Amino acid sequence: MTDALAVERLSVAYRVGGRDRAVLRDVSFRVGRGEAYGLVGESGCGKSTVALTAVRYLPRAGRITAGRVTMDGEDVTALDSDQLRHLRAHTVSMVYQDPGKALNPTLRIGKQVAEIFTLAGASQAQAQERAAEMLRRVRISDPKRVMERYAHQLSGGMQQRVAIAMALAKNPALLILDEPTTGLDATVEAEVLDLIVQLRREFGTSILFISHNLAVVARMCDRVGVLYAGMLVEEGPTAELFNAPRHPYTVALLRCLPRAGEHKDHNRLDTIPGTLPAPGARITGCPFADRCALADDRCRRELPPLIDLGGRFARCHYHERAAFLPRQTPAEVRLPAARSDAAPVLEINRLNKTFHSGDHALRAVADVSLAIGAGETLGLVGESGSGKTTFARLVLGLLPPDQGGVVALDANPLPPLLEERAEDQVKALQIVFQNPDSALNRAHSVRRIIGRALSRLGGLSGDALKTRLIELIQSVRLSERHLAVKPRQLSGGLKQRVAIARAFAGAPRLVVCDEPTSALDVSVQAAILNLLADLQAERQVSYIFISHDLGVVRYLSDKIAVLYLGRIMELGSSERVFDGPHHPYTEALLSAVPRLEGKQPSRIRLEGEIPSASNPPSGCVFHTRCPRKLGAICEEKEPPFVEEEAGHSLRCHIPLAELAKLQGKAL
Amino acid sequence: MQLENPAIVAFILRRIALSLVTLVLLSLMVFFGGQVLPGNVGRAILGPFADEASVQALNQSLGLDRPYIVQYWDWISNFVQGDMGMSYAFRSPVAPFVLDALANSCKLALVAFLIVVPLGILGGIVAALNVNRPIDRIISLGGLSVTVLPEFVTGIVLILIFSIWLDWLPVTATWPEGAGLGTQLYHLILPSLPLFLVLFGYIARMARAGMVEALDSDYTRTAVLKGLSWPTVIRRHVLRNALLPTITVIATQTGYLIGGLVVVETLFRYQGIGSLIYTAARGKDFPMLEAGILTIGVVFALATLAADLAYTLLNPRIRLGAET
Repeated sequence: MTDALAVERLSVAYRVGGRDRAVLRDVSFRVGRGEAYGLVGESGCGKSTVALTAVRYLPRAGRITAGRVTMDGEDVTALDSDQLRHLRAHTVSMVYQDPGKALNPTLRIGKQVAEIFTLAGASQAQAQERAAEMLRRVRISDPKRVMERYAHQLSGGMQQRVAIAMALAKNPALLILDEPTTGLDATVEAEVLDLIVQLRREFGTSILFISHNLAVVARMCDRVGVLYAGMLVEEGPTAELFNAPRHPYTVALLRCLPRAGEHKDHNRLDTIPGTLPAPGARITGCPFADRCALADDRCRRELPPLIDLGGRFARCHYHERAAFLPRQTPAEVRLPAARSDAAPVLEINRLNKTFHSGDHALRAVADVSLAIGAGETLGLVGESGSGKTTFARLVLGLLPPDQGGVVALDANPLPPLLEERAEDQVKALQIVFQNPDSALNRAHSVRRIIGRALSRLGGLSGDALKTRLIELIQSVRLSERHLAVKPRQLSGGLKQRVAIARAFAGAPRLVVCDEPTSALDVSVQAAILNLLADLQAERQVSYIFISHDLGVVRYLSDKIAVLYLGRIMELGSSERVFDGPHHPYTEALLSAVPRLEGKQPSRIRLEGEIPSASNPPSGCVFHTRCPRKLGAICEEKEPPFVEEEAGHSLRCHIPLAELAKLQGKAL
Repeated sequence: MQLENPAIVAFILRRIALSLVTLVLLSLMVFFGGQVLPGNVGRAILGPFADEASVQALNQSLGLDRPYIVQYWDWISNFVQGDMGMSYAFRSPVAPFVLDALANSCKLALVAFLIVVPLGILGGIVAALNVNRPIDRIISLGGLSVTVLPEFVTGIVLILIFSIWLDWLPVTATWPEGAGLGTQLYHLILPSLPLFLVLFGYIARMARAGMVEALDSDYTRTAVLKGLSWPTVIRRHVLRNALLPTITVIATQTGYLIGGLVVVETLFRYQGIGSLIYTAARGKDFPMLEAGILTIGVVFALATLAADLAYTLLNPRIRLGAET
């Protein structure tokens, strides 16, 4: 039987500045009938180019320079425009990141789904009927209503279901999924992945699954290929490849991810030095040689072939030694963090924030009280809309809280707004944003950005400033040569280091890190997490760390606050909250995260969508989705926030002992 | 058109209120500029050689000796009821002059509009579909270069070419009394051309930008990968999204097309509202001038309002709001 997709010795180049720059180099792989094949790699490795080549939707500058792509036995590269349209209409579908943009904003959903059926020759009425049927198959319970809507009126999860429904409507031989869950909440991601697993069973579709998220690919795919600098460097059955990688790049990539049990107090993450070769770079030997601790002269001279290791392949001369790749960053913690149990740095008492719009009142943060000690990290987790960012902005004084709430620094209540705070108080609380691009002034050099922060926040000038500037730059592992450049000349990771240096300029007591690594590749993320951990140990600074990546939060946090609709549902030490017994919401959040190692816990599905904060459910706000709901009491009475054991508080009617029993945990 | 978003109704009402405020402010400026600042109106009308008594008598008969606020209130409440005052120059009510001129201006605007909008949008679309190819360069650069030429330059050049040299079109825009629609149109083509040149580049540029963005969007990719034919993709998925901002721009330009044509109307001797205020200004006919300017203000306010409403109503994201 023919393969659903066969990529043979494919090379693709983009023409930039009159020169062809290679993006894919001699890539070969196949996706068998009914198989799910995963393609992983960091940004810039060429993953998406593979997908766009397969559907012949390369940008105008892109060109296939060698090789071919066969789909369902048909050479895609040789089709004329009519045949290509036929292929797209019948054989292949694609779903990509950001479903909100993938749907037409000015056409009703029904029309967008139905047009696939009219294209296939159905009448308007039939097409409507079949569109509704298709939406039902992607588990949309009220398809008629959804068809009347526009894309912006649906949640991200719903939008992606619609996109998947459109993709499967033609019952394609091959479904290409390019980062289909990136940017979605963990709970929504889990839902979408579940759906894809089920639909794959129903439709028997072959899948090419592209993602930067190794755990997601591990969960979804039968076989995996690892792309690096446009080359396939390793390929094999999923379990074998992730459990015993045979290419140093795969080994290194896996080591960058914080695993369960790893914590800033015990170890540092491994990193990958250097950067990915730029598109079009001349590569003579192994593309990874410059960053590989195993590399020798032979690696730099001679490109290794894809070596057959019996059902799996690795492009490495020393594949048998890959597992013994020396670490680039020692695991041991040089300077352990010294936390004192003395008075907390930041105390928050009964903090509320209500947004008013017309006669709607939206309670974004409700009755939050907590304390953060010196050198301690508080991790904030929760789905989007849970109030994490609003909370951070209240602490920083970017938003005024409702009357009565107190944010106290070293036991002194802070004025609610930044403008009213004393200079020392402003200095003490700093922030690092997700996107350093928008946080750093593009027109200024790094020297100016950090120098300005030092003079404004640190009150320094002249030689003192210069000395401090060098120290600061070195403490974020940048060198003096970075001082003269502008942010846009730096990679994402380096930019984030500049942003961190800026935040640390005034010797802050507490830094809010709002998704600081979400836009970064895992190898860069590991370095930034190490840096944050080191800085904390050196300076006793406290963090409020916001991230949707629970693995990252766990690595860096001492305490966790789980937020839902602006309320703290659970607050406790990192181990307690993660290991359980935990609040049913925490339980659901944790079970939604795909894992690389260990057994995937049985998924707890959250029914329905996160309710609107402007009209929260009565009683316990989580009762509408809670898998462990007791009954009427949950609907009628908001559970109190009770310290069930030392330093571990929950907002649930079920006693902790009972939760422990239900979740099979020891108390 | 269904309105599911209550915030939109509030927005529209607020927008209308804002237009009214703008008009009140404009009327105040016009009133003080036209009746207060010129100083002695009676003297201005009668000239330097009239004796003081007759100047005062005239001022009194015009009601100019009353407090300003009373004069303003009188003037504006009459204006709202359609009484725009008496022309000093013609000694007869201003309203018929203004309304006639407005009707003429609308005719010219309509002709220009019918020429420039389809061609401008088409030009933008063609340019966008051929991004960075020669045809795109010609349309974009050409459009831009003629946009920056003032109407009195292009107007004169066009008169030289089409009326004097080729003798295809009449020099003046004024048609003979009682002429039919065809003749009227025939006279309006030449004055529309400078307006076409001013607006074409502008509209084409907006349409091109919108098209380029829409063609590059993920939803267009979705549509193409569905296997739809290229014309269907353009028609169903690209155009509406691409042209939404352009429609707004066009609506805003209506104000200019109707009220901003002083130069063109004067050049082509056309009895529009532009040449009306020009004449009134030269003849110190303040009531006429004030009425003309205020009418143009109303036209501008209505055009801007229409632009906002069009954008709001055509964009489901705004019309329906987000699902909460």
